Formats: sequence, C-alpha cells, structure tokens
Amino acid sequence: MNAPETGTAAAPIVEAPPTPHHYLNHSKGFLSWALTLDHKRIGVMYLVGILGCFGLGGVFALLVRTELWSPGPTITSDPNMYNMWFTVHGAVMVFLVIIPGVPAALGNFVLPIMLGAKDVAFPKLNLGSFYLWVGGAIFFILTLLMGGVDSGWTFYTPYSAVTKTAVIPAVTGVFLLGFSSIFTGLNFIVTIHKLRPSGMTWFKMPLFLWSSYATAVIQVLATPVIGITLLLLIMERTLHVGIFTPAYGGDPVLFQHFFWFYSHPAVYIMILPAMGIVSELISVHSHKRPFGYKFIAFSSVAIAMFGFLVWGHHMFTSTQSPAMNAIFSAITFSVSIPSAIKVFNWLATMWGGSIRLTVPMLYGVSFIFLFSIGGLTGLHLGTLSTDIHFHDTYFVVAHFHYVMMGSALIGMFGGLHHWWPKLTGRMFDHTQGVIAWAFIFVGFNVTFFTQFILGSQGMPRRYYDYLPRFEIYHKISTIGSYLMAAGFLVMAYYLLHSIFAGKQAPSNPWGANSLEWHCTSPPPHDNFKSPPPIDDCYDYGGVDYDPRTGQYSSRADQPAASS
Amino acid sequence: MSGSEHATPEPPTPEGHGPGEHGSGEHHPFQAHHWDTMRQQFEAGKLGMWLFLATEVLLFGGLFCAYFIYRSNNPELFEYGHNALNKWLGAGNTIVLLVSSLTMALGVRAAQVGETKKLRILLALTFVCGCGFMSIKYIEYSEKIGHGYLLGSKFDYEKVKEHEREAREAEAHTGGHETEVFAAANIPAYVPAEKSAFVDAPRGPSGIAPIAEEVKPGHGAEDGAHGGPGVLPSEGRPRNAHIFFSIYFMMTGLHGIHVLIGMAVIAWLFVTSRDNRFGPSYFAPVEIGGLYWHLVDLIWIYLFPLLYLI
Repeated sequence: MNAPETGTAAAPIVEAPPTPHHYLNHSKGFLSWALTLDHKRIGVMYLVGILGCFGLGGVFALLVRTELWSPGPTITSDPNMYNMWFTVHGAVMVFLVIIPGVPAALGNFVLPIMLGAKDVAFPKLNLGSFYLWVGGAIFFILTLLMGGVDSGWTFYTPYSAVTKTAVIPAVTGVFLLGFSSIFTGLNFIVTIHKLRPSGMTWFKMPLFLWSSYATAVIQVLATPVIGITLLLLIMERTLHVGIFTPAYGGDPVLFQHFFWFYSHPAVYIMILPAMGIVSELISVHSHKRPFGYKFIAFSSVAIAMFGFLVWGHHMFTSTQSPAMNAIFSAITFSVSIPSAIKVFNWLATMWGGSIRLTVPMLYGVSFIFLFSIGGLTGLHLGTLSTDIHFHDTYFVVAHFHYVMMGSALIGMFGGLHHWWPKLTGRMFDHTQGVIAWAFIFVGFNVTFFTQFILGSQGMPRRYYDYLPRFEIYHKISTIGSYLMAAGFLVMAYYLLHSIFAGKQAPSNPWGANSLEWHCTSPPPHDNFKSPPPIDDCYDYGGVDYDPRTGQYSSRADQPAASS
Repeated sequence: MSGSEHATPEPPTPEGHGPGEHGSGEHHPFQAHHWDTMRQQFEAGKLGMWLFLATEVLLFGGLFCAYFIYRSNNPELFEYGHNALNKWLGAGNTIVLLVSSLTMALGVRAAQVGETKKLRILLALTFVCGCGFMSIKYIEYSEKIGHGYLLGSKFDYEKVKEHEREAREAEAHTGGHETEVFAAANIPAYVPAEKSAFVDAPRGPSGIAPIAEEVKPGHGAEDGAHGGPGVLPSEGRPRNAHIFFSIYFMMTGLHGIHVLIGMAVIAWLFVTSRDNRFGPSYFAPVEIGGLYWHLVDLIWIYLFPLLYLI
C-alpha cells in the first residue's frame, strides 16, 4: 500500500526509486489475486493461509497443554473433547501447515527466482493446487463444525472406521491436500528439469533447490498411496468393504502399512525443504561457501530414497515379524548417515565464517541444535529393544516434535525471516525478532525436552489423565508451551507491523548472492527481464558491505542499476 | 493510484500470462511466455504427464497391493469370486480398449502431420470405444448388482444364495458347459475353522491371535439385516466372500472413473481440434491426452487377468 503512494508524492525520498514496479502492485483487485498465475502471488496466498492454520493448530496445542496442567479434569471434563483437540492439532499442523509450509509457500515464491526462471512450469496447475489446498482447509473447518474428529491424526483403523465423529470430512480434506501436494511437487520437478536457464547446471543450483527437488520426488511418489488409502477408509466407513476392519474381515495392520508408506516419507517432505533452507541460511549468514556442496546435495537425494524404505519402523509393536523389524530397524539407522552428513557440513560451513547472528541465522543455528536432538532420539526409537519401552509414550511425542516443530517449522520460520524482505519489500525489527526467537527457542525446549523425561518414565501419549507423579513434568511442559505462544505472538506483531511501517528493504539485505537477491525487493512481475547471468551463487567475494547504510550490494549489479 | 501508467494496457487477469508479451512476433500463439521455445514447452508438458501417470500407477498400486495381500492370504476368496465374473464381457472390454488405444495412437500421428480431418475421425472412434467400454461395464455391473454380488456390507447373501441355487440347477439340467457364471462347485470344501477371515498376521511376536476368533458372522452392526459376512461352507462359498467383490468393484470402479475422465479429455480434444490448431508445430495436447488414455488401457490390461482369469 505504501509503495505506490511514495511514488506519487513527487519522490522526495532519495533512496526509494520512483514507483518501483513489482509483483505486489502489478495489478489490483481481488480477482487479480484470486486468478493470478504468478508463482509469487500464489506463494504469498499459501503463506497467509498456512500461517493462519498454524495459529489454529497452535490454539488446539495450547488447549491440550492446558488440559494437562493437572491430573483429572482441568478445563474440560469430557475426555473425548481432549481426544478431538489433539487430533485436530495434529491433523491441522501436519497436513495443512508443515507439509505445504516450505514447498508450497516459500518454495513457490523463491524456487523459480532462484533458478532464474520466469515462473513455474505449469502456472495454472500451480493455482489449481492452491485451490485444492483451500478445499482441504474448508473440509477441515467442516470437520470442526461437525463436532471434530477423535481418531488421532493417523486415522488408525479399526477405530476410525467406527467412531461417530466426523472422520469422512477430515479424510476428504487430507485427500485434497494430498493432491495439492502432488501437483506442487510435479510442478517443481518439471520446473527444475526444463526451466533451468542455460548456464544453470545442476551443480550450480542453490542447495535449497536440491532439497526442493528431492522433496518433490517424494511428494509425487508417496502421496498417491495415502490418497487411495484414505479412499479405502471412506469406503470402509460407508460400505464396510472389509479391507481394514477385522469386524468386516479386514486387516488393521494393512492400514498402518499403507498409511506409513506415505506418512513416513511425508516426514521427509516436511524436513527436507527445511534442511534446504538451513543450507542457505548457514552459508549466507556465515558469508562462506557451503562446505561439501555436493555432499549436502546428494544427502538430500539419499534421504529421499531411504525415506521410502523405513515405514515399517512404525509397526515394531504391531505384529510385524521379527525379521522385518530387524530389516526396518537397520534401514532406519542408515538414514542417520545422510542426516549427519548435513549437520557436519553445516558446522564446517560455519567454522571460520564471518557469522552474523541475524534473526534468520538464529533460526538456522537453532535448527542444527534441535534437529540433532530430534535425530539422535530417533535412534532410541529405531532400536528394537528400546522401542518396546518408548513406543506410545511421551518420548515419541517429544522426538517427533523436535523433528517436526523444532526442525521443520523452525527451518520454515528461518526461511520466512530470510526471505521476508524479498516477499514484502520491508525489513522487520531485529530486536523484536531476537526476543521472539528467544521465547520460542527456550519455550520449545522447556516444553519438549521435559517430555523426553516424562516418556522415559512411562507416561503414555494421548492420555487425558495421568498419575500424580507426572504432574510436575506436565506443569513445566505447559509453561514452556505458553512461552512459545508468547514468542509467536511477538513474531506476528513485528511481522505485521513491518508490512505497514517497516523500513524499505534493500534488494540484498543479507549479503547473499543467489539469483533472488539480484532482483529488487519485492521482485518485479516477470522476475527477470532477460535470462539472468548465472554465476556462482555461493561466491560472496563480489558482495560488498557498505557500513554507512548497513547494506550489501553486489558488484555484478552495479552496471545494471545505473543503466 | 500510481499504477495508472501500467495498469491500463493489461487486464488484471491470468491471461496476462498467456499469449501476451510476444512482441518479437515469432512466438507461437500457444506458447506461454515463460518458455523460450515450443519444444521446451512440449517436453515439459510431456514430462509433467509422465510424472502424473506415475502418481496414477501408485494410486492404483494401493489397490493392487490390497489385491495381492488378500489373494495370498485368502486364495479361496478369489477362487470363488472370479468364477462369478463373466470373462467374455471382460474380454470384450479388453478388445474394445485395445482398439481404442490403436485409434488414439493413430490420432496422435494424424495430429503430428496436421491431418485434422483424420484426427477428428480417430478421436471420435476412440470416444466411441470408450462408450462401448462403459456400456459393457454397465451390463456387467447391473448383472452383478441384480444377483446381489455387491461390495462390503451391501453383499446380499440371500440373493446370492438364490442365484447360486438357480445356477446350480441350470447346470444340472444342461450339463453345465454354458454356466460359466457359477462353477464354484469345483472348489474343495471349505472349512472356516482352519483359516480365519483375518490374515495370518497374528503370527507376529506379540501374539494377538485371538482377535481373529472374534470375527463373527454379522458382527458389524449394519450387517445384521442380511446375515453379514456369513460362513456357508456347504455351498462352497468361503467366509467373507464380500471382500472379493469389494476389491473387484473398487478396482474396476476407480478404473471406470478414469475411463470417463479420459473420454472427457478426448471430447475436449475433439472440440478444440475444430480450428485446425494441431499440426507439426503444436500437437502437445493430443499427445499428452493420448498418454493418459494409454495408461487407462494399460491398467485394464492388468485388471482383466487378475480379476477375471486367475
């Protein structure tokens, strides 16, 4: 809103170029957004929707934590209500927020620009996948209006086939979201294959593109299986076809296999793009070339491949044969090799770099810390003998929150801060950003590290009530969740504030060198007038810091700016 | 607002992306602005379709997987069920679809060389084959539904019993060579106690075997009305016979939906090919639509033997 006005006011401000034309003011009106084929606008619409759903999922998380403040009834005396809260929290966060979070919102925005393309390969399909996401969100809202769903986000049969709650709308929503995810992945694969400008070879691509590519492969190859599984579940509920429910002759473990054949790779759909973001954050904010570029790139692909072969580790206690358990356990361990390659490469990238602890970098470093905890505790669960004890306890809850929230979401928020100046053309307040980060980081660890202890002492997950000896841990955990909520409220405040009153963002606020930072902030409608010259995106030698303005400029852009 | 100098020439619609910005004049009218060449656009479209076909294969893969798991655990279901299907109608459908794939492939060729009239005839033929397939499917489904062979709890045991008795009587009268519909008498006597309706999974370490014993006929609340998945070994019908028909209807039903979608694509190609737009420089929609149609064909090529023949 501000940019056009500064333009009409006879351009009194020197540093603001007159009426900068960018994707946000390219055209106006509701339809110019609702029917846009511009990948940047679609990304922004996704982002708004996803952050809204994050708020919704967060409210349910707080309800769950508040209920667990004390044993017995705390804020509801109906345990089924509690079941619905954690189900809605899980389903919203997984399917509406984290899975589309990085690829569909941030990926849509930056992927084509980073690549040097004008758009994704199939812009109409891209818009279609956004509306599928909206359709999924509508079905989730419908689920809430119909009284919620209480099967847990995994929709395990036989319970999900017989519970009286609104399973069908929720499952239909997930089905639509699945196809939204497939089309995004398909679009990205074709974009990366076919829209790379000449000169942008595979090994010149920023690492975020490698991880997005690996993610897209999983999205395309795993998601259809959850689609058919959920259709079968709907058939089971309505027509009792006898595939998943023993009462009708079916096999509930088959549902678990089908479900996890998608949902375990889906964990990598969630974490891989965040890893890609972190690869960018660590390199850019350390002003140092990534250590072991090819290792980071190929480890993304390796994680995607391994991701398809480990689903059985969710069924260690579900009558799977001991031989299968041993095989799945071994493959699960091997996932830690590419994961560790990434972590050590990030640390080696930082070593000797000129690190600036900007807000994105704080999230990047937090990612390394939290992901290490989340990943290493995964080994406890991948080990057969210990999993027997940890299975279905808070240890599992803590483990996957360290991976899903502490890693995937923290990476996403790092990326959000990193690209926020590019998205909006505005800078957010650094101090408030650090305060919010501190609340989130501390709150997260208080909430979930406590749950490792809780779980190792035997507190089962998903329970409404608990023994008095667990009360102190539950109280600490709940306090931590409030700290996190406070952090996110501060973040919401300063990000919204920056849109209306933030400083104009320079085109390259962090001193990065990948292609999106060679565009103006926000980028113009067509991204690039002509195919951009492709140079080494991690060569920071040509990026100069101007101590007077506190901004970076790339020497390569100087002649272009003057012409 | 300040947007006036650039807001007027372009309407704020997605079409800003379409044929616009071909100032150089050499762009093909169907080339979107983010592609450098028609060839690049075509190859991207084709890659996109191949990826989509991969997702379709995986979508059906779930059902094929269910088929193989139930077949290996409960072979008697399939032994019984496939005899109830009419393999001549299935074979007819196979031929119809194979012919339609041929006409589609010839249609792609016609589009590539710009023979619009031939293309339109071939598309029409393909569409007619699709209609033929769906008609045969309609006859088959009506017959099954009429005799009570339905999926899940809709499986009508009374009707099926009635139908099978009639079939057996007819067999006794005519000598039996015409009654393909029911040849279940050949099945060795089935003793339900030997094998649970449930799969053999409970062999696992934690040993929850007793679950299988809990599966009682009519256990599902809605099944009570018509006996539920009853055990009728004396008539040669295995327990949980409905599961075969669940799998049959879901696989062929999902495939049928894909045939309908494919027919819609072909109809759309037929309509858009009116203006001679397809030729050597632009035939991507026909080729990509054809790929989809071939996949529909290919899936049937697997469904037919798996459900009808073995």
